Parts: sequence; structure tokens; C-alpha cells
Amino acid sequence: MNTRTLLLAGAAVAALSPAAHAERGAQGQMNMIFWQAPSTLNLYLSTGTKDITAASLVLEPLANFDAKGDLVAKLAAEIPTLENGGVAQDSKSITWKLKDGVKWSDGTPLTAEDVKFTADYCMDESGGCAQAAKFTGIASVEVVDPLTVKINFTEARPYPYSAFVGGQAPIIQKAQFQDCTGERAPTCTEQNFAPIGTGPYRVTEFRTNDVATFEANPEYREADKPAFATVNLKGGGDSAGAARAVLETGEYDYAWNMQLAPETMGQMVAAGRGDFPTAFGAQVEHIFLNLTDPSPQLPEGERSTVAHPHPILGDIKVRQALSKAIDRQLLTEIGYGETGRATCDVVNAPEAFASNTQDCMAQDIEGAKALLDEAGWTVGGDGIREKDGRKLQLLFQTSVNPVRQDYQALIKQWWAEIGVGTELKTVDASVYFGTDPGSPDTINKFYADVEMFTDVYEGTDPGTFMAERACSKIPAPANQWQGENTGRFCDPAYDALIDEMGETADPARRAELAKQMNAMLTTQSMAMLPLTWRGRVSAVSNSLQGFDMNPWDTEFWNVADWTRAQ
Amino acid sequence: MLTYALRRIMLAIPTLLFISLVIFLLLELSPGDPLGDVPLTVPPEVKEKMREALGLGQAWYIRYVLWLKQFFWIEPLHWVDQLLGTDFSRGAQRIISFQSRSPVFDVIAERIPQTLKVVGFSYLVGVLIAIPIGIISAYKQYSWFDQLGTFISMVGFSMPTFFTGVVFIIVFAVNLQWFPSIYDTTLKVTDWASFWQQVRQMAMPVTVLALYNAAQISRFMRASMLDNLGQDYVRTARAKGLSERTVVLKHVLRNSLIPVVTVIALGLPAVFGGAIITEQVFKVNGLGQLLISAIHSNDIPMVLTLTFIFAILIVVFTLIADILYGILDPRIRYD
Amino acid sequence: MTENPHDALRSAELIRDSAATAAAGPGGALLPAGDPAAVAAAPNLTPASRSQWRDVWRQFRRHRGAMVALVLFAAIVLFVTVGPYIWTIDATFVDIRARNKGFSAAHPLGTDQLGRDMLARLMKGGQVSLAVGLTAMLIAVTLGTVIGILSGFFRRLDAPLMRMTELFLALPLLPLLLLMVTLFREPLGQAMGPGLGTFVLIVSAIGATSWMQAARIVRGDVLGLKEREFILAARSIGTPNLRMMTRHILPNVLSPIMVAATLGIATAIITESALSFLGLGFPPDFPTWGRLLYDAIEQMQMYPWRVILPGVFISLTVLTVNYIGDGLRDAMDPRIRGR
Repeated sequence: MNTRTLLLAGAAVAALSPAAHAERGAQGQMNMIFWQAPSTLNLYLSTGTKDITAASLVLEPLANFDAKGDLVAKLAAEIPTLENGGVAQDSKSITWKLKDGVKWSDGTPLTAEDVKFTADYCMDESGGCAQAAKFTGIASVEVVDPLTVKINFTEARPYPYSAFVGGQAPIIQKAQFQDCTGERAPTCTEQNFAPIGTGPYRVTEFRTNDVATFEANPEYREADKPAFATVNLKGGGDSAGAARAVLETGEYDYAWNMQLAPETMGQMVAAGRGDFPTAFGAQVEHIFLNLTDPSPQLPEGERSTVAHPHPILGDIKVRQALSKAIDRQLLTEIGYGETGRATCDVVNAPEAFASNTQDCMAQDIEGAKALLDEAGWTVGGDGIREKDGRKLQLLFQTSVNPVRQDYQALIKQWWAEIGVGTELKTVDASVYFGTDPGSPDTINKFYADVEMFTDVYEGTDPGTFMAERACSKIPAPANQWQGENTGRFCDPAYDALIDEMGETADPARRAELAKQMNAMLTTQSMAMLPLTWRGRVSAVSNSLQGFDMNPWDTEFWNVADWTRAQ
Repeated sequence: MLTYALRRIMLAIPTLLFISLVIFLLLELSPGDPLGDVPLTVPPEVKEKMREALGLGQAWYIRYVLWLKQFFWIEPLHWVDQLLGTDFSRGAQRIISFQSRSPVFDVIAERIPQTLKVVGFSYLVGVLIAIPIGIISAYKQYSWFDQLGTFISMVGFSMPTFFTGVVFIIVFAVNLQWFPSIYDTTLKVTDWASFWQQVRQMAMPVTVLALYNAAQISRFMRASMLDNLGQDYVRTARAKGLSERTVVLKHVLRNSLIPVVTVIALGLPAVFGGAIITEQVFKVNGLGQLLISAIHSNDIPMVLTLTFIFAILIVVFTLIADILYGILDPRIRYD
Repeated sequence: MTENPHDALRSAELIRDSAATAAAGPGGALLPAGDPAAVAAAPNLTPASRSQWRDVWRQFRRHRGAMVALVLFAAIVLFVTVGPYIWTIDATFVDIRARNKGFSAAHPLGTDQLGRDMLARLMKGGQVSLAVGLTAMLIAVTLGTVIGILSGFFRRLDAPLMRMTELFLALPLLPLLLLMVTLFREPLGQAMGPGLGTFVLIVSAIGATSWMQAARIVRGDVLGLKEREFILAARSIGTPNLRMMTRHILPNVLSPIMVAATLGIATAIITESALSFLGLGFPPDFPTWGRLLYDAIEQMQMYPWRVILPGVFISLTVLTVNYIGDGLRDAMDPRIRGR
């Protein structure tokens, strides 16, 4: 199959070489490498970004975010808005019109029934849909006519673009999946590994956690696209090996999700075969300060709960001092180079929501010392400050990751300069980011004084993300440690702003609220110390054209336009 | 010997059941989370639903018994169906992986060829190099050959494959461009060109692994030969006028093989386990990569099934080793 | 976009690899760590005449390779123990202005990506790696030898002990280690301090999971040995079992044990680094040789020395221990002695 299509493609190139650019499947094979291999192409059952990205070669949503974070219609004819009447005046429903004439790769037409089915599939209680968050608050999905579908919300939704928007919520074919709903979902291996889609490519072979091959979709709605006849998506290895295959040996055209030291990147780019395109979205590396007491002397069930405020970090002066002692610019330069930017804000993008706070940028060791003096912490014999017989000693945990370990080493040294002792701890990422209530080492349980990880939000609107800092979302034994408010920040004034944001549709007001909340979390309370605004990075060979790094959606949002450089 | 083997096989069944229980409990108690990979943007309620869909809502003993039933009853039924076209297993749930939601045995079957090709072949090469080196090193103890062999095998053993693998890639794939740095598992050998491609892509991983295995086996071979070369029976054999070749290759070698057989017998199940690092470095994606990715995402059905097959192989190969002891040294009796 | 547990994976494999293929480490005796000669000899510490030990030493000295190795090994030990008192830069001190420097007077072996002094890191790292490597190897070799001898010698114990060995061989290492760390890290850390607590945890984790190969090998040898004439002779004069095992069996299975011990050190040093990458090992501000080696691999083309130096130290340690082992084995074999 593979070789035959390749041969055909070769023949096509030979016949049409001047116009090759404008011919479907004329440019042979595109080779991609994912160092985390995709496990399934049914992203509604998947657990990772790798699967969502790979599936977006095949499946498409109604609308995507483009590289600037603006919505662009994909399967929809246009983006529904209040102005064009697509969004109801009361914000309780949204009506999408589909493009006319779109066909699935098996030749059957895409209809509103497929859209409704997708929602039903994911909203099935027993299916365990991984993207269920995209479909929350939906009362019903109605088929108005074969090309129109209306989503009714249970209550007014000021920001209605969630279901069917973005690579996480594409449309799947009803005919293919109708026997695979609910509990039967995992038994449909054939369907899950080769979903029929409307996208530029279709699956020819899928081997879980290993390799997937695709070919150009003969039914794709733009006759001259995609340019490649086949796509080979190899998985496995590590970030450095994947980058090497693109930039040093030239075996591959594209490598997804690079995490490399800046020097390594510089050296690889120097070979001149390609580059690391980077774009900045919603990922920020933060330090979270535990506002509750994680002391092991407390009985189990009371550690790190609001019942016991933190004896050291409960004092805002200490938190300010810890922040002042950190040189964010230096950290970022060493850890991320071009692929990170120092930041003082929780929300840095989109532009309208960014506060661009600068007052934490300059490191101020003396200022930090003065704050600790003011707070009553005096320097003891071993250089570590003390107060009332207690040492200013903190346990700092994070996941195993070379960049994070460098951050830990630098921060430990700066904190030592102001008289704060730090004990470092690292935890395996699958445990650290897990939610097993029995494990003491998860980010939610936070049995440490300080922890560091990258927090992120989905899409371009930070509303849900800001709402995660509500008092009610503090992890505790009562909720099986399942809240998202890891730092245990709690402020009624903040909760009031969350409520207001939930009711506000006006983008300007939303942005203003987000900035206000950002300030409350950072400069005003110092509950979170943002350090680095992280870019999304991939390795792309010079031989690939049309790649446009997108921090808001899948990187394959415009894969139909990718071509081989001549 | 036969009754001994039969008794061992009977005893193996409860042993294996016990091992499966221990492995299951271990996976159950260890702190990882099958949903640890889920993006932080997914809210906790959704994670709870996903957990239920994985069947994690049930008590551990129910899940354990279910797995036993699937492993020993449904999967064999399924194979029978496949072979004879019958319909016994219709509707019955096979063992499903948490990660890919596909039947565990299908994935394992997909992975076996590349593991056998790369890891199995390198083991074979390793053994074939190691035994002669071990013999010569011992026979000519402290000769230059022995010194060199010792040096290379010790350096080879103390350099982890995550290091040698990357060095090979940088030298042979990046600088010299002789071999591909990434193994193509979809390559089918149909003609000389594709065969040559297969050889080229196997060259580096096989070399790295073979060196590592050979280093270890040759050391045991040498030590054991040395022990035997000093024995009285060797002097007797020489005194009888047997040729040096007969003395060394027949008498000494045979008596020296016991520890080597042990090492090899323990190494063969490990072939099935795959070579985790080497597979990772060269992207071979065999069983080792499967196991490690399953462990990391706490894919309990996959890890349990893989390790259990591994356990069966260990039990089988230790039994084979025990029988071989008896053949190599007739004085060893088990009854 | 979120975190990748896979960062750490690479390392995980190390563990499997080392355990599955290498798992060599079997070992010495219930002695504290320390002088390898004493350790290797320890199993033989039955009432032997002083002159016999003098004989062994005399023979050992004649083994040139072993003597060179002993001197080198002592030098390595001095380097990591006394070295830090002479070269007093703190191994964890970050000097941003001196990042990625080559060899210079201020930093004879250069600096790493955070400007930490490599010489100091190699010394500090060596302390941990040597201690872990030797102790874990001792635990594993001791366990393996005891279990192997018992199971080969007493038919009654054979089946249960060997089934237990199979169980341990079959256990997936990574979940086991994760579990051990989760259960014991905090209690041990509180009881003994974070450094020592982790040390005990790591050493016992590595030791407890790498004795199986040695046990199988020793048992295989013992099965054959116990049918030999000299054992029958010893039995016929009523030698008690304990004495039989220590005086007659053990000395004759010493050479595979030595090999297992040598290989075990290398395995333990590498496994320790694998544990660190999983967050199961020492806190990140404890350099170790294995970790220095692993961390430097990504930038091997730019800073080759950062890979070569820890690599050389690991290999040199393994090589010297191997030659010392060879020398000892020869020196203690009365058939070779005096040849």
C-alpha cells in the first residue's frame, strides 16, 4: 500500500513537476516524529496532548483557533456571533451552520447528525469521555436541518465557544461510531485506531505507541490539498533524539514538543537544516507557596489543610521576600533561552488579558533581607534565619526534569543568600501529576512548603482557569484531594470576581476582571510566583513549508497547507 | 529427572498464581495514577468519570479475579476462535489496555517481531562472541588477549547503553551518516534493497546490546573456566595424553558451563522483556518500550499481563536450566 | 502541553535494563562497607591461621594487575574522601558567571551549565556513588550467596527459596521501587535525616532487587559441588553443616561470586542514577557519577569532557575492583598459589 502510493506520487511528480505544488499528494512522504508516541486516535478516549495532535491530521472541529488565537471556521460556514445571530441574545444557545458539500473520507456527506452524535458520544455518562469538560453545561444539541445544529446551554454562557471548537473537540462520524457509545467505547479498537474524518489525511495503519501512517484524503474539500501523498508519524525515544533526527541527520521533517536546553538547541540550529519555531500561549511555570501547614507532625488528614495556616509562609512578608530573591530573567535565560520569557503574571496571553507586570523582574536580595528582618526572622548561627525557635527552612518539590532541577539549584542558592534554608525534593512526573489520593507526593496533596510546575489553560479565554483559585476548589481529604487550587489561596473578594466573570460577556470587561484577579494572585497576595512564560516548541526542517506554530490549538491546525520546500 | 520436571511443572501453577497476585497488589499499591498524563486542564470531575470507565471503581479483588478469568479463559478462547473461525468468545471482554483502549495481546503480538529481531539477535551475537572470548581468556590467563578482553568487557559493562547508544548515533548517524538513527518498524523485507535497509537499521542497536551482553557472559565464562582448569581431573586428562583441544573443549568447557547456563537462562526471558534503554535510544519500540510506557502511565492490565508472561518464561527457563545442570553434570540429582 | 512523565522514563528503563540483564550483584558478608579486600575475604574468616592470610597477601602482592588496581582504587577513594578537604569549593555552589567553562586554574576540570565546579562535583559525586555501589553490591552478593548456598545445599530449602527467587525476578522493578519510596522515604528521612535516610533506602532497594542472578549461579555450582568426593569425605568425618558450607562450599564458589560482585558495582552505580532521574534517589542537589554522566549526554557534542570524566571514574572503579577481585581469587586458591 505504502510503496504503491509512493510510486504513484513519484509518477505524479514526474508528470507534473512544474505544477507539483498545486496537486494533491504530489510531494511524496512527510515524516514526523513524536517522542511521546500516540496511543490512540480517538481523542475522546485518550489521555494526552500527543493523541489530540496526531488525531488532528484526520479529524476536524467546527472551528479552530489560529496562531494569533482568533477563531477560524473549519467545518462551519462561519463563526456564529451575537452580531450575525448565531449566538442567541440571552447567550443560552449557539447555532452553527456547516460548510456545504463536506465529505467524510469514505465519501459520505458530513451532516448535522454527525455533530449531534459527537456530543452524545462524549456526554454519555458511562463512556468516560476525556474531553467532557468541553461539553459541560450543554442541555441539548438539536439538528435544525442537515447543515445546521443548535446547542442549548443549561444557563447563559457568555463565552459559548467550547464544544466543537479546537482540536480537542472534533466531529466524529456517526455511521462509524454509533455502535461504540458508552461502555462499548473501548471495545471498538478498529474505530478508535482509524477514525474516519474530514481532514486532509486518512489513516492507513496505526500501531499504538509506535507508528502511524496516513495518506491524502481523496475526498478532502480542497481539491489541490494536501500536498503530501503519505505521512509517516513515528513515536518513541526522547526529545533530544527527535530533534537530532530533524535537525542533524535530516531523516524527519518535523518533531513535536521539544524540551531541550538552550545550548543544545543553538548547536542543532547551527547545522542549518531547520529551526525551532516557538509560540507563546497559556503555559506558565509557577512556584506555588503552600499557605497551609504541611508538617508531618500533624495527624494525617490535617496536613496541608486550611485548618492549619502555614507557620512561615502564612506571613506575606516572607512570601514577598522569597519572590524578590529570585532573578526570573536569569532563570528563564538559562532554562529556556529563546523558548521562554520571564514573567510576573499568571495570565500573559492573549494580549488583551495580559497585565505585563514588571515589578518582580529585578532581583532584590537586600530588599528581601529587609522584609525578613521586618517580619522578625533573624539570622542564626548557621546562616539560616530563625524566629521563636523555628528555623526558616522550606521543602521545595517539583517533578523530575533537568530544567526544573536547574531552577531548583538556582533558587536554593538565592534563598540561601537571604537566610532561607531549602531542602530539595523531586518526584516522578507520573506520580507528581497524578491524582491518587493515597500518594503523598502529588501536586494536589502538596506535602511540601513550596512546589513548582507549569500551569496552563485551554483555548484563549482564561475564565475557567481563574476560577480554579476559588476557596471551594482547595484540595482536602473531604474532596479526595481533587481540587485545582493547589496553593490553597482563599479570598472572598476573589471569589466574588469569579462570579462576576461567570456572568460577563463583554470581552473588555472580562479582560479587566482577569487583570484584577491576576494582580490579586500575584503582587497583592504573593500566593503564586509566576516565573517563566513558556513557549510551545517544535523542531521543523527547512524542507517543510507552511508550518505556523499555534500556541492555542493543535499544531496541525493548518496541516493541509504544509508543502515540501522546493 | 522426568518426575522431577513433572513435579516442578505442577508446582509452577500455584507459584505463578501467587506471583500474579503479588504483582497485581504491587501495581495496585504503588502511587502512580493511570490518569497522571491527562492535561491539567481536565477538571477533576471528568477525571473521576474516566477512572470509572477504566473499571477502577471496583474493588481490587474483583478486578484481579476478572483479570485471571480474562487471561486464562477468554484470551485462549479468542485464539481458538481466530484459528477455527468459531464464536466462543463473542461479547466477552478481552484484556484491554488503559492507554490505548485496545486488547493487550494484540499490542504484544505487534511488538514481538521487532523485539525478537533486535534484542534476540543481539543476545545470540553476544553469546556467540562471549563464549570463545571467555574460553581463550581463561586458557591464556593474563595474556595480552585476556588483558584486552577484560578491559573492553569491563568498560563495556560499566558504560550504560544510554551512553553508548547516543555515542553511536552521533558518530555513525550524524557525522558519518552510515546508519539511520531511527528504527523503522514498518519496514517489510521484500527484496535485497529492503533487506540491506533492515541490516543497516539493526546494526547499531544490535552492536550496542551485543557488547553489553557479551561483556557480562564472557566474564562468567572466564571465571568458571579458570576454576576448572586448575582441577585434578584436568591434570589426569592431560596425563592420559589427551590432546589439549579435547581437554579444554570437552572436559573443562562442559564442567564450566553451569554458571554460564544460569546466566543465559536468566537472560533469555529478559530478551522477551526487551531492552528498555536501547529500544528507547534507537526508537525500536519493542516490548521493552511497551513495558516502560505502560509502567509510566500506570496501565495496570498491560503491565500485569506483560510481567506475568515474563514470569512464566522465568519459571520455564529456570526449569530448563535445572534440567541442563543434570545433563552437564550427571552427579547432580534432584530426587 | 502539560507535563511529561516521560522525561523520567528514560531513566526508568535503566532500571529494568540493569536489573534484567545485569542484575549481577551478589556479595560479601554482613560487614560494614569499607575496604574491599577485607570484604571479599570476609566469608572465609573462619578460624584460619594467621600465616595463611599472610600467604594470601604475599601471593596477592605478586599479582601485578591487582596491585596496580589496589593503588588506583585507593587513589579514587582518597580522591573522593580527602579531596573535598583540599579542594574546598562547594559542589553545589552556583556561579552563573562561570557557566560552561573549560579547564582553567579556577576550575581545573571546568564547570557545568550552572557554573558549578566539576572537580568538586566529581569528588562529592564519587562519595555517594562509591558508597552506594559498594554497599548495594555487598548486600546483593551476600543475599545471593546465602540464598544460593542454602538452596543448593539443603534439598528441603531448594524449592521454597528458588520459587522466591523466581518471584523476585518476575516483579516489575519500577512500581516496586516507587512503592518502597512512597512508604519509607518520609519515615526514614525523619529518623536518620534526608541524606542518610535516602542512602539506606536506595542501598536496600538496589540490594533487595539484584541478588537473584547470584543466587541462581551459586546454587547451580553448589548442586554440582556437593556431590564431589571432597565433600563426601568431609561429611564422612562428621563435619557439621555450617562448617561444611563455610569451609568447603563457599571457597569453591568464590569466583562466580567475584564476577557477580564486580559487575554488581557497575550496575549499582548506574541504577542509583536511574533512581535519581525517577525522583526516587537522592535529592537533586546531591551529585553522583551516574547522574553527572546522564545529565551531560544531551550536550555531549559541545562539552565532551562532562561525559568523559564521570564515565572514566565509573569504568576505572569497576576495572580496579575487577582486578582486585581477580588477584584475591588467585591468591586464595591454594592450587594456583605457589604456581
